[in-house]
Amino acid sequence: MKFAVIVFPGSNCDMDLFHAIESGLGEEVDYVFHTETKLENYDAILLPGGFSYGDYLRSGAIASFSNVMESVKQFAESGKPVLGICNGFQVLLEAGLLPGAMKRNEALKFICRPVELTVENNETFFTTSYDLNEKVNVPIAHAEGNYECDEETLKHLEQNNQIVFRYVDNPNGSVSDIAGIINERGNVLGMMPHPERAVDELLGSDDGLKLFQSMLANWREHHAITS
Amino acid sequence: MVIKVKVYVTLKAGVLDPQGKAIEQALEAMDVNNVEGMRVGKYMEFHLEPEKGQTVDEQVTTMCEQLLSNPVIEDYRYETEEVITP
Repeated sequence: MKFAVIVFPGSNCDMDLFHAIESGLGEEVDYVFHTETKLENYDAILLPGGFSYGDYLRSGAIASFSNVMESVKQFAESGKPVLGICNGFQVLLEAGLLPGAMKRNEALKFICRPVELTVENNETFFTTSYDLNEKVNVPIAHAEGNYECDEETLKHLEQNNQIVFRYVDNPNGSVSDIAGIINERGNVLGMMPHPERAVDELLGSDDGLKLFQSMLANWREHHAITS
Repeated sequence: MVIKVKVYVTLKAGVLDPQGKAIEQALEAMDVNNVEGMRVGKYMEFHLEPEKGQTVDEQVTTMCEQLLSNPVIEDYRYETEEVITP
């Protein structure tokens, strides 16, 4: 399986993500610069955390208009998997690939620490290696992770089982304790916690690895059927 | 003709503003106790040369809705005035 890690000016979790795929998962991975437009050779697109374009205007707002994002949208439309982590999630929201928006954390602080998450949906492309309601330990590192959406959108997310991860102890004020959501089609996941920083016991947790393992297992399964 | 555009972006009513709340608390610390409803927004200004086939309103609205504001949590309003060049 071949992964692309998109690199925006100001991305700073791109190397962690690269490492998680190469060493943690043992699969092929490339850095793809934000000026690129060709993504058809990849099986999954990963949007890393960081501060793309210095968080100017709003987190992710400028990046959502970069050259590569048109191709990321087409990639998502074709049904292939896209994962946005932290700033990557913010970019997906700004690009309209996922519903809602991010506000400053309730306490206005940048929070960087491990948090406990509940796996709310283990039937997605990204989460089949987890148990339903499994508690996982994955770090967060953000100042704008306070997820906001209107009541109608929230109802829609709940009805379609699109809330994939929830915080056990809400650190940032997110509506309905939301830590990660998936699109209706089930191929675009955005999450504030950093699974790529939890791929080895040495890092304090390897609970994040199962997310990438799920992607690989589901890709293989799909690949075996179609080829 | 050049138009000067002033855009004001504010959080929607009903969306909690943690920054506004923190500022209110700081005001209280400096003994200002008669302030409430503090909201933090953004102000942007730019010059626009109108293009054929599109009104200034149409163009500014598109800019505001797609980039300058996030319609999920923010409202915008704008003012336009003609720049008089001597």
